[in-house]
Formats: sequence, C-alpha cells, structure tokens
Amino acid sequence: MTKPAAHLETAIVEQDTHPMADLLRMDRMPHIWCSGCGLGTGLTCFIMALKETGIPEDKVAVVSGIGCTGRVAGYLNLDSFHTTHGRGIPFATGLALANPDLRVVVYSGDGDLVAIGGNHFIHSARRNMDLLVICVNNFTYGMTGGQAGPTTPISAKASTAPYGSYDYPFNIPYLAIASGATYVARWTSLHMRRLKNSMREALPKKGFRVIEIICPCPTAFARKNRLGSGLDLMKHYHDNSIIKHGADPREADIDMNGKVVCGTFLDIERPTFRDFQTENIATQLGGE
Amino acid sequence: MKYWRKPLDADTIKVPHGKIYVVREQCKGCSFCVEYCPKDVLELSQEFNKKGYHPPIAVREEDCVSCGLCELICPDFAIYAELIEEGETTEETPKKTDKTEKAEV
Amino acid sequence: MGEERRVLTGEHFLTGDHACAEGGMAAGCMFFGGYPITPSTEIAERMSLRLPEVGGIFIQMEDEMASMNSILGAAWGGWKSMTCTSGPGFSLMMENLGLGIVLETPTVLVNIQRGGPSTGLPTLSGQADMMQAKWGSHGDYEVIALAPNSPQEIFDHTIKAFNLAEQYRTPVLVMSDESVGHMTEKVVIPPREELKLVPRNYTKKKPGEYLPFECGEDEIPEMVKAGDGYKIHITGLTHDKRGYPDISAEAQDWMVRHLMNKIQKNKKKIIEVEKINMDDAEVVVVSYGISSRVAHRGMDLARKTGVKVGMLRLITVWPFPDYMIKELAERVKAFVTVELNFGQIALEVERHVAGKAKCYLVPHAGGDAHKPEDIAEAIKEAAK
Ligand code: SF4
Ligand code: SF4
Ligand code: SF4
Repeated sequence: MTKPAAHLETAIVEQDTHPMADLLRMDRMPHIWCSGCGLGTGLTCFIMALKETGIPEDKVAVVSGIGCTGRVAGYLNLDSFHTTHGRGIPFATGLALANPDLRVVVYSGDGDLVAIGGNHFIHSARRNMDLLVICVNNFTYGMTGGQAGPTTPISAKASTAPYGSYDYPFNIPYLAIASGATYVARWTSLHMRRLKNSMREALPKKGFRVIEIICPCPTAFARKNRLGSGLDLMKHYHDNSIIKHGADPREADIDMNGKVVCGTFLDIERPTFRDFQTENIATQLGGE
Repeated sequence: MKYWRKPLDADTIKVPHGKIYVVREQCKGCSFCVEYCPKDVLELSQEFNKKGYHPPIAVREEDCVSCGLCELICPDFAIYAELIEEGETTEETPKKTDKTEKAEV
Repeated sequence: MGEERRVLTGEHFLTGDHACAEGGMAAGCMFFGGYPITPSTEIAERMSLRLPEVGGIFIQMEDEMASMNSILGAAWGGWKSMTCTSGPGFSLMMENLGLGIVLETPTVLVNIQRGGPSTGLPTLSGQADMMQAKWGSHGDYEVIALAPNSPQEIFDHTIKAFNLAEQYRTPVLVMSDESVGHMTEKVVIPPREELKLVPRNYTKKKPGEYLPFECGEDEIPEMVKAGDGYKIHITGLTHDKRGYPDISAEAQDWMVRHLMNKIQKNKKKIIEVEKINMDDAEVVVVSYGISSRVAHRGMDLARKTGVKVGMLRLITVWPFPDYMIKELAERVKAFVTVELNFGQIALEVERHVAGKAKCYLVPHAGGDAHKPEDIAEAIKEAAK
C-alpha cells in the first residue's frame, strides 16, 4: 500500500480531549516517564478499570511511595498522596481506617513496596487490611539509575551489582500469599485487558489485594542488561509469559530469561481488620 | 482466535469503524501502538514533535475497527480512537490477526 | 458504648501515661497507631482499651515508621489521631515527622523520654531528645513541643497538643519523660462541656477553588479530607500551593519559609511558660518536665539562703521563648538551666542570652532526677 499524504489525515488534538483526561492531572503532562516505559500502560489500565467499576471518583484515594511508580499519585486526578519511601501502605492504612467510604489504592514499585516497605507489606497482608496494592515490578530502582532491588533476577546486572545480582529475589505473588493476602494476580504490561480486568475485579473487593505488573524499564534495567527497548521487552513478555490461573505461587519465580507465570493466583475471602473491629470488638463491648 | 469457517451471520455483521486522534506533543514515539494495532492502521510519522519524537499517524485509518487497543497500550496518553460508525458489511467477518493475539497473550 | 464514654469526668489517680491517653480521648482522638516501647507502652495499652468504646480505632503497627505514617493517613482521612513512643522509637519516627510537617498534617506525637543513646535506659528517665524534637528530621523546619511535669499536666497538655495541631495544621509533640509517665497522681478530668477543643479548620471553599497549601497572613492553610471531592494531591517533595511538586530553589524558598513562619509568626500565641518568683529574681532557673519539679525545690532551698532566684518553667519548649530570655538577659545576673541531659535547652538559653548574663547548666545523664541540693549550689554559685 502506498503511503497517504502523511499526517494531514490524522487528527492532531489537544491533551484535554483524551478520554482519560478527567482522571488525569493533564496540567502535569507529559509525565516524567521515559519513552517505552510501561508505567503509563499500567496506568491506562487502572483508569479504564476504575471507570468500569463505576466507583465514584471522589471515593477513591491513591497513595504512593517513592520511585518512578511513586509518581502515579501525582498524575491521577483523585485524592492522592505521595508519601515517603516505602511508607505508602501504613499511610494508606490510617487513611482507609479513618474513612471507610474510601477505596484506597497503594500504587508503587517493587523497591518501595517489598524492600524498604517490605515489613509494611507483609504485616498489612497479615491483617488483611482493606487495600488494593498495585506493585509495578521492573526489577530495579529506575528513578535513581538502576540499582539492584529486591526483585532483581539472579545474574542480572545493576549499577550496584556490576558483577550480576546474586541475592535471591522476592517472588511477589508467593510473598503476598504467604503473608495473608486474599487476592493476588500478576500480569505484564502487555496484558492490558487482562490487567484491567483484574483491577476491575479487585477494586471493589475487601481485604488485602495485590496485583503485580511486570513492566519494562528500558532506561535502567534493560540498558544495563542489554535487553533493548521498551518494545523489545513487550515482545519478550509476549514470548515468555504463560497464563496459569490458580498456579502454585512457588512456581512463579522470575529468572533472567525464564518464563513469567501470569494469572490470578488467589481469590479468597477471609475476615479483614475492619471486620474484626466492627463485629468482634463491637459485640464484646455491646455485651458488657 | 481464527475462525475455521465463516460464521453463519457473517453477511449481516456490523463492522465498527474508528477515527484516530493523536495528542501529538504528548507522544514519546515508543511505537507500542504501531506494533500492536491489530489492523496495522498506524505508522510512526517522519515528523518530529517538540520533544523530538515521531508521533504515529493513521496510514490506513479506513481499516481502524476502534478496538481501543492503541489507547490502552499507549503509556503517554497520546492516542485514542473514536467510534464513528458501525457499517454493515457483506464481506467476511473481520478476523483478528495474529497481532491481536500477540497483544493479548 | 459510644461517645458518652469519651470523657471520664471526675477525680482519678492515674499514671502519667494513662492520663496522657485520657487527654487524647477527651480531645477527640479517634485513631491511635503505635508500636509498644517502654516507657510509653501504657499509653498504647490504654488507647487499645478506650478507643473502641467510642468507635475509634487502635492499631498496633509493625514499627514506628508505620505508626507515624498511619496517624498522618488517618488525619487526612478526617480523624484526630495520635501515637506515642520512647527512645529508639522516637528516632524511627523522625523520617515521617518530617512528612507530617511538610504535608502540614494535624496530629499528635507523644515521646515519653528515657535515657539514651541507643537502647540506653528503657525503664529510667531522660530528657535528652529535646534537640532531636526540633532538629531530628532532616531539613529545616519548626515544631511545636510541650513539656508536661505531672500526670495532670500531661492530660491537659495532650488536649492542648491536639488543639495546637488543629490551629496550626501541624504535628505537635508532647515531650514528656519516664518519671512523669510512670508516676501516679491525682488527675481531675473536667466535665465534657468545660473542655475547650479546637475543631478541624475545614475549608468552606469549593473543589476547584481550594488549594491545600494556600494561606493568608497567618500562614495557616485550611484543611480538607480525602473523599470530599477536592481531589487533592499532596507530596513530601517540595511543592507549590497546589501541592504539586516543584523542584526549584524558588519553590523551596517559599515552602520552607512558610513552614518556619507559620510557627515563628505565631509564637507569642503558642508559647506558654510558668513564671515563679520572677518579680525580684536576679538568677533565673530555666527548666521543664520532671526536672522543673526538682529545680523548684532547689530554688526554694536557695531562696532560704537569701538568693533572689526565680524560675521560668517552659511549658512550650518549641518554639523556644527566645524573646523572654532576651528580655530577661537585660536585667538578671545569671541563668541556671536544669535538665536531664548534658546541655540541650541550655544551649538555646545561652544563644539568646548572647553574653549579656552568666549561663550555668546543671547537667544529668538521666536515669534519676537531680538532687535539689546540687541545684541550690549551682544557683548560689550563679548569684555570686
Ligand atoms: S527509569 Fe525506568 S521505570 Fe523509570 S521512567 Fe524510565 S523507564 Fe520507567
Ligand atoms: S483503535 Fe484499534 S484498530 Fe484502531 S488504530 Fe487503535 S489499535 Fe488500531
Ligand atoms: S504508544 Fe503512544 S507514545 Fe508510543 S508511539 Fe504510540 S502514541 Fe506515541
């Protein structure tokens, strides 16, 4: 097919015409994320999912920690809190407990949530706190230039692991399930519709829900490991991900060149922290 | 998914048709949309935007089925499709190409 | 069960820790996030019992970083919140005390000080976190810190701390000590209607008009809570009035100046001291918290020997009453600072005296109280 007379035929429009503009702080766009970074794709899925749930916009609050993903809070046109490194979950805990009408989402990165914030993550899961945690895992600390993190695969290079990383990485679904989470899913940023569906499914639920998004970081992780562009990584996910709902999370380790097991690992119900407050304690006090 | 035979109602199927809008200055030229559009509607243009990236153009806009995939995959909120009509067709059902499956692994 | 259980009006014999918890209850606290640590644990214990009675929530967090953050989150969720800690726990809270200050979040942090450094003296008293209260989180900021010296006062001060937090939209510290926390004394809890409580200063502006860090001459921004449709964004990064990050020297200058001014401009309204025997005083004892009780006896001993000594008891330690010290330095002979450390507030006194009078310190490493005789000796020495 011959090329038509270039761009003249494609409508060029202003940012505020974008269908997601109402849920974004368009005055802060373009965002700081690099070309080919998957963070924006995950965010479009989140916005779509939120719209599909029909949850009123002013009843959703987003809390982030620090890092590239931590900037999500600043781009969403919702009540949003950009806290300190690793502390999104405890901040969100107070927020959610004080205001039960809110759906509180913690949206942050792997280093933030399972390294410096790891203690908060496991304890919040244990309590089955009413939080949806969206953990973007790009295997590195992107914002600070690609240091090794808690999910960096064995042998992957990082600016603080020039000989390759040799500490065993966390497998986030396994960690979440072992700690007591009630909904656990993993998708790559190429699985947009499935990711969106998971988010839509998890948003209205109660309890501690974790969705991990495997996401390209072309600038830091890919460059150090010669993995190519964001697009190359998307192709890599295409070739190397397997969908296996209900998979044993122990099989979900991620190696440098191995398979990425995706799917919904767990979807159960058990009493939440708030259930205990409102039912058990209330009964005890009422019975006095 | 590939149909192994023509669906029975193929001659009355409605084919959605979309129009593409590009927020030119927001694009970072990652080509996710170009690569994963199931109908091969898009290409990166030769033009630069102010940030020095090549935003996409709809070179085969008539083929756009308004599936919304470009909007969903674009990390920069720089492209979207609008459903303009659902035309009837007597042709064969628009098949999902390999690329659709690729994007929806 | 319900709000009728909130204020336990009447006369009680309470430990300082329990009185503190009752102060929080009376002030309208609905949320306590904490981590047990001696000698503050009894505050958490009592809150775990009391908060559910009024529909509030107690949560034992996994550490002090989490505790501090949870109370900030609860404040933005619309509740009055508090935590307590001691020793190493106070160090761990420093990170997010800074966040609370920069997000201008009304909340209360109680430190029942023990001897340090490190694990130090978990069960014994100290006052060596006073400078940390002011300087412990990185960066430049101002805080409000109160120093009660009895169970009654820790009850009153906790209410006062909640009020100041709401008035100035900032975290407020109650810097007590193990001696006060663990002593049992009579505490009178007034009837509910006699309590003066400051409600949260919610904006009357509509979404779209409201900016979370916009303020007038008094430098105090109005508050909202999440879920009310304001769609605020707030960040620990240097930000503008909208709350949006602005990484520039100009934004930094505006924001830090505003944080400093908010307290400094209003300090005459904030600061409270007790002046004892000050009319004819030639020597001024400066003290606070448990030390002020021993210093009072030291002062009495010295007075008996004819020294004209008075006392400036700091009820508000931060912001520091510099203008009072400056004014006194013009007319008195000497200052004697009494505190359970090797000179923290003494440095502040000396700085504002600026050579205009002699300055003495009666130091103590903590673990015990001063001996009144030692204080009397220091006063007599200062009077020479
Ligand atoms: S550094 Fe990596 S994670 Fe951060 S914006 Fe760039 S590509 Fe994304
Ligand atoms: S809407 Fe679908 S068919 Fe149309 S350009 Fe976008 S991806 Fe291609
Ligand atoms: S996906 Fe978005 S940013 Fe990437 S080339 Fe297409 S329009 Fe540009």
